[in-house]
Amino acid sequence: MIGRQKHCIALEDFSREELLQVLDLAVSMKEVLLRPIKKVPSLRGKSVVNLFFEASTRTRSSFEIAAKVLSADALNWTSASSSVTKGETLVDTARNLEAMRPDVLVIRHSASGAPRLVAEHVGCAVVSAGDGAHEHPSQGLLDCFTIREKLGTLEGKTLAIVGDISHSRVARSDLHAFTKLGTTVRLCGPPTMIPAGVEGLGCTVTHDLRTAVEGADAVVMLRIQHERIGDPLIPNTREYSRLWGLNGKKAREWLKPSALILHPGPINRGVELSPDVADGPHSVILDQVQNGVAVRMAILYLLAGGDPAEAKA
Amino acid sequence: MNDVIIIRGGRVIDPATGTDAVRTVVLRDGAVAEVAERVEAPTGATILDATGRWVTPGFIDLHVHLREPGQEYKETVATGARAAVAGGFTSIVCMPNTKPVNDTLAVTELILARAATAGLARVYPCGCISKGSSGEELAEYGELQAGGCVALSDDGKPVMSSSLMRRALEYARTFGLPLTVHEEDLALVGKGVMHEGASSTRLGLKGIPGQAEEVMVLRDIALAELTGGRVHIAHASSAGTVRAVREAKRRGLPVTAEVTPHHLSLTDEDVAASGYSTDFKMSPPLRSRADVAACVEGLADGTLDCIATDHAPHSPVEKDVEFDAALNGIIGLETAFPVCLALVKAGTLTERRLVEALTASPARAFGLPGGTLARGAPADVAILDPAAEWLCTAGSFHSKSTNSPWKGRRLTGRCTHAIVGGRLVHAGGKES
Repeated sequence: MIGRQKHCIALEDFSREELLQVLDLAVSMKEVLLRPIKKVPSLRGKSVVNLFFEASTRTRSSFEIAAKVLSADALNWTSASSSVTKGETLVDTARNLEAMRPDVLVIRHSASGAPRLVAEHVGCAVVSAGDGAHEHPSQGLLDCFTIREKLGTLEGKTLAIVGDISHSRVARSDLHAFTKLGTTVRLCGPPTMIPAGVEGLGCTVTHDLRTAVEGADAVVMLRIQHERIGDPLIPNTREYSRLWGLNGKKAREWLKPSALILHPGPINRGVELSPDVADGPHSVILDQVQNGVAVRMAILYLLAGGDPAEAKA
Repeated sequence: MNDVIIIRGGRVIDPATGTDAVRTVVLRDGAVAEVAERVEAPTGATILDATGRWVTPGFIDLHVHLREPGQEYKETVATGARAAVAGGFTSIVCMPNTKPVNDTLAVTELILARAATAGLARVYPCGCISKGSSGEELAEYGELQAGGCVALSDDGKPVMSSSLMRRALEYARTFGLPLTVHEEDLALVGKGVMHEGASSTRLGLKGIPGQAEEVMVLRDIALAELTGGRVHIAHASSAGTVRAVREAKRRGLPVTAEVTPHHLSLTDEDVAASGYSTDFKMSPPLRSRADVAACVEGLADGTLDCIATDHAPHSPVEKDVEFDAALNGIIGLETAFPVCLALVKAGTLTERRLVEALTASPARAFGLPGGTLARGAPADVAILDPAAEWLCTAGSFHSKSTNSPWKGRRLTGRCTHAIVGGRLVHAGGKES
């Protein structure tokens, strides 16, 4: 359990205290991860099933390593096709896996709400590794962890999230988590990529990149997916890059020296981020990947029945 | 002799005749014989005591999906007609999107034969606007009407070709048939699965703006003006639609409209609160509070003529899946009365208008018999207990399907008896 949460499906459902419980435990988990022998017996005898209906390298590997460092057994079940085309329903697939008695089911699916549907039909804990354009809770938590680690606190800070907010589950998880932890959130992108009524979730919206990033303590640059071009949300990557992409010149002129640049990956170099920014002094993109393992260790540990007090010892 | 039914002690609400008083209703030989204060009961008459209840004309639903032929696992003509009378509906118009679609006399005849065997609600088939509902060629309206179709529709799908819609309206004038139109601009709908707004943003589901409906309503009002054909707007859901229909009526155009109980009572926020429950997924989607308020106002002032359920049964095969993958539609025949009665309790609709929107108004829109207790009218009657409280569960339904957003909710108001053509076809609520 994370506080009162049996599952980790949506950070919208998490309280501030529940978010902090994961972030605090992830600090200890990161210490484990940095040891020469990266193995603790905390979840020995427990099993984690990664059920991925959407291609993913980073997130799936991250959950797999997280499970293995904690000595849990990890099984990867990848399905290129959705349940509709495969002929077996999502609920049936989940019930079949449940019959193998895993302790945690990690699921990624292209349909928003799919992890919740699974959670209603299985007894084990369910962790969303991203569902449609809904949420990507472990990514939201690792973004919080990364910025908190670098800046010391999230309270009173300002975060800009730039890109295709409409289709981004990362943006939604970030928005819910950061606002609960006291960070001011600004969203930025072309109007075609800003979802209806998003201001109601406690953020501001601008279509001007400079307005969004000036004075911000951190900036999350979202990946522009090629299928959005001609959707038609933007004319082409060239114009997008000119207006909403971050390059070295804009970074130097507009960003605070201490500002952090995050990206959930994989990066479209030259579209939302120029290579000199992606690899430059502001970038904490690789820290995010490492912290992702620590945060996922914390999530798995808490939901697989680990004792928070014992983990800190 | 069972040819006479006498209903005593009930409050007779019959907007068509302007009646709202405690009266005795006498039904003889399949017709309304008399509605009077005092009646001598002939010996052998069946006497129903309706004290404390409403006695109204049997409800008429212009928009029901019966799924037969082709998808009998969801509903049949018989189970749908059973659900209808349990909800107080004595006449239902069934949409043609069966498998195969009702674009031929053979399908029309099959539906009518099944309805006759069931002997419950009166079933009026609706034929297709286009052959195969494919939106390309006109169906044979003359034959469909001769077979018993009372309206035309490609429901489930909009008629995207403005040219075909124009010709359909013109050609249907020959027969005086109304066209029930499912209004959605498919390009604006895209892959949308719910109303576009803060709730769709929170849920990460693709949104459909109300304007996807409004632009098509405006087109068809323009085409009604061009052709003089009768346009009936199916399941109005947006404030813009209500505004457009109000203006069309003000200008005297041949336009009518219906609204569903769910679009009068549930919003996109309910989709979010349900946690992606597919019992809240239908087309058009549940819209904003402002849209719901506009629909209620439109129903109250007569802009929207009638209440129609869009009863759309689906099995768990279609519904127990991801929200994106679930089929559209919910059942509605057995919950329509209590759901709409709640509007009366909230003070946004009068009792008289509620009954009118379920009886006289739909009869008038499609020129159907019934909808009144005037002397000589068909002996189609609903007896309703407006105070009956009941828990709606999957076990409550006579329909074969249970895809209802009201499962688990307490409802107030229930049909206790339904009479069709002088025959008592429903008595007492199914226990839950």
